[in-house]
Amino acid sequence: MKIILNNYHEEFDRESLTVSELLAVKNFTFKMLVIKINGNLVSKAAYDTTMVHDGDEVHVLHLISGG
Amino acid sequence: MTYEEIRGRLSRKRVGIAGCGGLGSNCAIALARVGMGTLVIVDFDCLSVSNLNRQYYFRDQVGMKKVEALADNILRIDPTIRVEKHPVRITATNFTGLFAGCDVIVEAFDLAEEKEMLITSALTHFPTIPLVVGLGMAGWGNNAAIHCRRLGNIYVCGDETSEISASMPPLAPRVGMVANMQANVVMDILLNSVQL
Repeated sequence: MKIILNNYHEEFDRESLTVSELLAVKNFTFKMLVIKINGNLVSKAAYDTTMVHDGDEVHVLHLISGG
Repeated sequence: MTYEEIRGRLSRKRVGIAGCGGLGSNCAIALARVGMGTLVIVDFDCLSVSNLNRQYYFRDQVGMKKVEALADNILRIDPTIRVEKHPVRITATNFTGLFAGCDVIVEAFDLAEEKEMLITSALTHFPTIPLVVGLGMAGWGNNAAIHCRRLGNIYVCGDETSEISASMPPLAPRVGMVANMQANVVMDILLNSVQL
């Protein structure tokens, strides 16, 4: 599948991935994340069950302390 | 756009600032200087001496509620700015009441956990209101790492990598850069010419 991840085109071998699988593949290991798929917020509890499909636009924001 | 036209447009706008620490105080002052109509400032904390290395306050204000001190500083610069001050801790529950009616919301918290709560609340309750987030400004130097990018209705300012720690404290120059970058993005959004 081809998706847009954080404004960049990315291609994966699989037809679809769960959000958790996507995070693992991309080595996104931060604890504090905000994830949106096609503009919709994905709750933390739904990372294992929410699927990312071909053509989806995914935003992953890593939250770090400071301000 | 002339200076008068810019001030005329901004004078009708309302900006919410979530947190009045390093990011929030400096961002609010920049927005006050350009004539923002209404600033909604929210912070439960009181000013301590350790805040003065980066936050827009003065030594004789130590001990005051930050929203009171910041309101004083804003009004000393421009007494025509409408300041709505809320000395409360922002939660997922009171978030909507505090920021309803804002044209833009500025996320200016310190801790990652609080940033997550605020961004999640904003996306859930106000998905159409632009949210300007500050992410990564610890330490010093490395000007070029600080950037701005847009993810849908979220605008991220910062280096997105430097986390505060004992050896990487938040300090005036870089915190001020990101705070002023946030204010600059707010202007960009409100003057309808967003380009990042």
